[in-house]
Amino acid sequence: MSNLLIIGIVLILGAVGFLLGRQRALAAAGGDARNLHSLPKYYGANVGLNAIVPAFGVLIVWLLAQPLLVNANVSGMLDEGASAGARNLLMADVRRVADGLDTAVSQGALTAEGAANLGTDTDNVREILADVGVALGSEVTAQTLSAAQRYRAMSATGNIWKTIIVIAASLAGLALAFMVTKPSFRARNIVETGVLAVLIFAASIAIMTTVGIVLSLVFNTIEFFRLYAASEFFFGLRWNPSFSGRGGGSELGIIPLLWGTLYISLVALIVAVPLGLFAAIYLSEYASKGVRAFAKPLLEVLAGIPTIVYGLFALLTVGPLLVEVFGEGGFLGVSWMAGGTAVMTAGLVMGIMLIPFVSSLSDDIINAVPQSLRDGSYGLGATKSETVKQVVLPAALPGIVGAILLAASRAIGETMIVVLGAGAAARLSLNPFDAMTTVTAKIVSQLTGDSDFASPEALVAFALGITLFVITLALNVFALYIVRKYREQYD
Amino acid sequence: MDDYYTTDRKMSTMQDTKIAASGVQVYYADNHAIKDVNVDIGDKTVTAFIGPSGCGKSTFLRCLNRMNDTIDICRVEGDIKIDGEDIYDKKVDPVQLRAKVGMVFQKPNPFPKSIYDNVAYGPKIHGLASSKADLDNIVEKALRRGAIWDEVKDRLHAPGTGLSGGQQQRLCIARAVATEPEVLLMDEPCSALDPIATAQVEELIDELRQNYAVVIVTHSMQQAARVSQKTAFFHLGNLVEYDDTDTIFTNPKDPRTESYISGRIG
Ligand SMILES: Nc1ncnc2c1ncn2[C@@H]1O[C@H](COP(=O)(O)OP(=O)(O)OP(=O)(O)O)[C@@H](O)[C@H]1O
Ligand SMILES: [Mg+2]
Repeated sequence: MSNLLIIGIVLILGAVGFLLGRQRALAAAGGDARNLHSLPKYYGANVGLNAIVPAFGVLIVWLLAQPLLVNANVSGMLDEGASAGARNLLMADVRRVADGLDTAVSQGALTAEGAANLGTDTDNVREILADVGVALGSEVTAQTLSAAQRYRAMSATGNIWKTIIVIAASLAGLALAFMVTKPSFRARNIVETGVLAVLIFAASIAIMTTVGIVLSLVFNTIEFFRLYAASEFFFGLRWNPSFSGRGGGSELGIIPLLWGTLYISLVALIVAVPLGLFAAIYLSEYASKGVRAFAKPLLEVLAGIPTIVYGLFALLTVGPLLVEVFGEGGFLGVSWMAGGTAVMTAGLVMGIMLIPFVSSLSDDIINAVPQSLRDGSYGLGATKSETVKQVVLPAALPGIVGAILLAASRAIGETMIVVLGAGAAARLSLNPFDAMTTVTAKIVSQLTGDSDFASPEALVAFALGITLFVITLALNVFALYIVRKYREQYD
Repeated sequence: MDDYYTTDRKMSTMQDTKIAASGVQVYYADNHAIKDVNVDIGDKTVTAFIGPSGCGKSTFLRCLNRMNDTIDICRVEGDIKIDGEDIYDKKVDPVQLRAKVGMVFQKPNPFPKSIYDNVAYGPKIHGLASSKADLDNIVEKALRRGAIWDEVKDRLHAPGTGLSGGQQQRLCIARAVATEPEVLLMDEPCSALDPIATAQVEELIDELRQNYAVVIVTHSMQQAARVSQKTAFFHLGNLVEYDDTDTIFTNPKDPRTESYISGRIG
C-alpha cells in the first residue's frame, strides 16, 4: 500500500477517534459538559491525537530504517572482494534494475511472478526494461538481477508489514485513549502537553538542521586542512587554484577573497545605510498617509527582486555606465576603470538591493518609538527635525544598529551580484574600480564544473563557507550585544 | 475659609487675561470632544480644570499650545487668543508658541537620555544658556523647582527612564520649567506623587504664579482648592461652570458641579 494511502487511513482513524472520544466523554457525563474536567472537544482531540501521532512516528522510523536494512542485506550478496566504492556503484545498479522491474510490472510488461522468475540466461532484461522506458548502461549480470529480485522481494514484504504495523499502532492508540476517556480524565492538560511537544519538535528540527549543516562544514573543513596547511589558508595572500585537480601547486589564501568581500560590502553599506535610513525617516516622520501607503510597498518591492536580476543590472547597465565615466576615454578622462566588472559596480548595485532592507526595518523601529516622546519634545518647543534628531533617532538607535548589522551580514553572504558584477579575479587592491572577487563567488566557482570532491581545490569551498559562517555569526552576536546594551540603558 | 486667603485670591483674580478662548469646538473624527467652550484665563493665576474622566480636560489643555496638531484626526474650531494674538492664525509658528506655553503631560514621558540632558533639552534648543556653567545652573535650578534635585544630584548622568514613576513625573515638571515658559499647562502633575512631593509641587505652582499663568488639571478637589484661584468644571465636553475657586467649592451655581464636588457624579 502506498504511503499516501497509509497516511490517509491514519488520518481517517484520527477523525473517527475524535468523534468517538467526544461522544464517550459526553455520554459518561450524562450529556452535560459541565460534569467533565475539560471541554468535550479535548477528549475528542486526545483520542484523535493518540490515533495519529504514534502511528506517524512508527511510519517515519520505518521509512528511514527499511531501506537501510534492505541495502545492508542485499549488498551482502554482491562481490565480497569489491571495494566500498565499487560496491556502492553495484548497489546503484541493483536499485535501478529493481525500480525498472517495478515499472515494468506496473505497466503490465511483466507479471509480478514473471519479474520474480526472470533469469539472465533466458531473458534479455536490458531489452525488457528499455521497452518500458528504463535505459540501462550495460547488460544486467546474473548477480545484479538476483540481487535486484531479492531487493524487490524484501521491499515488498517490508511494505506489507509497514502497512499492518502502522495501522495497528493507530488502532491501538485510538483504543487506549478511548478506554481512559472518563469525566475525571484531564484531557485538556494532556492535549496541551501534546501541542507543546509539537512546538518543541518543530523548533528542534530547525536547530538540528543548523547543527547538521555546521557539522558537515566542520568535517569537510578538517578534511581540507589535512590536505592543505591552515596557516597558508588563513594568511596566504594569493588565491590561485590550479585547474588540474589533484595536481598540487594551488595557492588557496583566503585574504584576497575576504578583502574583496569586505570591500564590496563596505561600498554597499555606504550606499544603503544613509539612503535607507533617510528614506525610513521620511516615511515614518514626514510622509503623509497617502504617500506612505504608496511608497512603502513600492520600496519593499525592491526587496522582492531576485538577486540574479540585480546581477544582470550590474553587468549590463551599471558596469558600462561606470566605465563611461571612470574608464579610459570617459567623461572624467581618468581611466581608473579597465572593465565593467568592479568592486564599485557590485557594491553600488548591492547597496541598492539593501536599501529596502535597511529602510523597512528602520521604519518599523522608528514607528515603535512611543508618540509620547515626540509629544514631550514638541511640547518643549522643538521642531520636527530637532525632535527626530535628538529624541526619535537616539531612542531608535539600538534597533537601527541591529538593522544595519543585519544588512551587513546579508551583504557579506550575497553571491549572484558579485558573480556577475565584481569579476572573477582575486586581487588585493585599494582601487574600488578594480575587479575583485569574494568568498561566496569563489565557493560557487570551486564547486561547479567537473571537480573531484576529494581534492583540496574543491574542499576549500567548505573552509571558505565556514569562515563566512563564523563572520556572519560574529556579526549577529555583536548586533545582539549592542541592542542589549542600549536596552539596559534606556528601558 | 480664612478671610486673609480670600482677599489674597480676590486680588489675584484682578489680573489681566492671558488666554481668551471663545467658541472652542474640538472633534476627534466624529467624536465631538469639546463643545463650545468659552473661558478667560488670567495671568499670574492658577486655574484648575476639574471634571470626570473623559470629559475633555486634557483635550482642551492641548488646544492651548496646539499639541492637538500632532493628532491627525483632531480638528479644532473657534478662537483662542494668548496676549491678544490668535494662536491658530496662519502667521503663528506652533513651535514658538510651545516654547512660550510649556506643558507637563498626563503620562510622564522622559526622553531616553540622561537626567541632565532631559532637563537641558529645552534650554539647549532655545539657546537659553551662554556657557556650560550657565546650563548647569539652569538644570540645577529646574530640578530644585521640580522637587527632585536631592534625589538625583548624585546621578545626573543616569538615564531619566530609570527613575520611578513619581520621580519621572517631577523630572518632566523640571524639564518644562527649565525653558521658562510664560504659561505652564500641567496635566495631572501629581497623579503619581506621595503627599510630600505633592506639597513640593504645589509650592512650585504657587511660586510660578508670581510670574506666570498656570493651568492645572487635577482629579483631587483638595488640590484644586489648595492651589488654584479659578476653577473650571468640565462635564461631557461642556464647560459647565467657571468661577473663583471659592465660589465653585462653597457655592456652585450648577447642580452638576455640586453633585461632582460632593462626589455624586464622576
Ligand atoms: N487621541 C485621541 N484620539 C481620539 N479620541 C480621543 C483622543 N484623545 C482623547 N479622545 C477622546 O476625547 C474625549 C476627551 O478625552 P480627554 O483625554 O480630553 O479626557 P480627560 O478629561 O483628560 O480624561 P482623564 O481625566 O481620564 O484624563 C474622550 O472621549 C476621548 O475618548
Ligand atoms: Mg486627561
